Amino acid sequence: MSQDSKFHHGDVPRDAKPIIHMENIQKHFGNVIALNGVTFDVTPGECHCLLGDNGAGKSTFIKTMSGVHKPTAGKIFFEGKPLAFDSPRDAMEAGIATVFQDLAMIPLMSVTRNFFMGREPTKGRGIAKRFDIDRANEICMEEMRKMGINLRAPDQAVGTLSGGERQTVAIARAVYFGAKVLILDEPTSALGVRQTSNVLSTIDRVRQQGVGVVFISHNVRHAMAVGDRFTVLNRGQTLGTAVKGEISSAELQDLMAGGQELAELEGSLGGTI
Amino acid sequence: MSADMIEQPDERIRAESFATKLMKKPELGAIGGVVLVTLFFLFTADSAMFTLSGIMNFMTPAAQLGILGIAAAMLMIGGEFDLSIGSMVAFAGMIFGVLTVNAGLPLILAIPLTMAFAACIGAVNGTIVLRTGLPSFIVTLAGLFILRGASLVGLKLFTGGSTQLRGVRDAVEGDWLAPVFSGDALTGLFGWLASVGLIETFKSGTPKVPGIPVEILWFIAFALVATYVLLRTPVGNWVFATGGDTNAAKNSGVPVRNVKISLFMLTACAAALVAVITVIDAGSTDARRGFMKEFEAIITAVIGGCLLTGGYGSAIGAFFGAIIFGMVTIGLTYTDFDQDWFQIFLGGMLLLAVVFNNVIRKRVTGER
Repeated sequence: MSQDSKFHHGDVPRDAKPIIHMENIQKHFGNVIALNGVTFDVTPGECHCLLGDNGAGKSTFIKTMSGVHKPTAGKIFFEGKPLAFDSPRDAMEAGIATVFQDLAMIPLMSVTRNFFMGREPTKGRGIAKRFDIDRANEICMEEMRKMGINLRAPDQAVGTLSGGERQTVAIARAVYFGAKVLILDEPTSALGVRQTSNVLSTIDRVRQQGVGVVFISHNVRHAMAVGDRFTVLNRGQTLGTAVKGEISSAELQDLMAGGQELAELEGSLGGTI
Repeated sequence: MSADMIEQPDERIRAESFATKLMKKPELGAIGGVVLVTLFFLFTADSAMFTLSGIMNFMTPAAQLGILGIAAAMLMIGGEFDLSIGSMVAFAGMIFGVLTVNAGLPLILAIPLTMAFAACIGAVNGTIVLRTGLPSFIVTLAGLFILRGASLVGLKLFTGGSTQLRGVRDAVEGDWLAPVFSGDALTGLFGWLASVGLIETFKSGTPKVPGIPVEILWFIAFALVATYVLLRTPVGNWVFATGGDTNAAKNSGVPVRNVKISLFMLTACAAALVAVITVIDAGSTDARRGFMKEFEAIITAVIGGCLLTGGYGSAIGAFFGAIIFGMVTIGLTYTDFDQDWFQIFLGGMLLLAVVFNNVIRKRVTGER
């Protein structure tokens, strides 16, 4: 097994301290064991890919990380201190932002109104306290420009944006509101080629700002494009973590699928997946 | 959707024309409607319609409906309906009548109590909708019958068998708060305008229009406040977000439940306000008060640009929607047409507004 030399359990490649470290997380739903010992961490400025096939436990795991589920067993360390999130709100306030697949965007509302939804900047006080729309528009345009999108106008409805642009708005929003860890749940799964590359370059920009990115995907190619480390989940367990350059996409693919069946399939498909 | 308008959108997106920008305003349809209806009556109606007294004539029913319509529009933007508004007018009217006539309370107590009562029922409506997850349409349809029935039963109970409760005028006579909710305002100004010859007067020198009926002022104030709240406060953003996508709003930290319950309370209070104004004005209350008003209020909101699916609309649109309504109802009496054309006209307007709104929505969201 050549993989063993490249695959180490719980290996941290650099000296950087992880922002969040999840140790041996288990999650049971009744008698279903969704997670059975997952160890995972993210350091500032890295993109850590979480790979796994459908049903591997990726969604359960990120929901545990973002405070939606409480782990049945296992420890969560946030910036070195043990921590338990009671609600998604807690995790958000600590700096863990999740961009779910549905993006939490409202098509009929303007980009600005979506950007600040639930966290509107205000001016004035008492009864004169109001939504500071000019500042909101300014910030929104500026943040979107940083992400490489020139909005026609801040009052443009989100419905007029393409899927990739919407994804970028969601990411920009999370980063603007102080995300230290940004969890992206399959951000590229519904996108075309061009849009995918735009989202991937957005991820790269975010990483350069020092945010730790958790990139969930089942597409090895997208993961290889931006990932610094790769953790593979299979049947609720971590198979291990690999560092960029030490593993090929074929090997990752194999691990995700659990090895055998895919090998047979690949034979008949001529190595195209 | 064009797949790749990312890096330099400028080259591929044509500059918006002024007309397109206008199209994106939800209230455009209603304003256009006002212009059309005005033109129609300028040609067909007696010229008396557009004198000051004529305008007050059609603005009064417009105001009474508009107060309901603006509240209905806000609730609709928040993604819900309230079909119990009309019955609520009757029910709040009964409460108000009983408090002033039977209990002999002064207005300073009777009005807040009526409002609080209505707000509670609104909160119950909202809670049932949220708890059960049923469409508000059906929950408040039940409210429509329950409140109408309760008004009938209650009135008979308190009057000893009659469905009309009289004596409100005597009860509130001389109350210092009464001028805020009834009669005409700005009489001094109108008197002065008459004395300098700016408005028409009777031979005796008193102005033909003694002042602005207070409900018109309430109506305008409510429209302004509602528009300000919707467009310029965080709460307004929450209303749009809640109606646009409840789940997304919740995930972004919008207090969705509170927003919806507050909106149900607002519509109920708007109904109570209309009840107070009309009951003081008429001097009595009866179980038929506010009959069919729930539908008229919703039509007003839809003409004003609200989408039935929520998340889009405007209070100022509902304001103009109500004016169209008032103009048509009253305006037909100034023409040679049979007044019963009114309902046909109304249905036509509604259909036109819905089709128009649908087109607008596609424009706004860039659907193709």
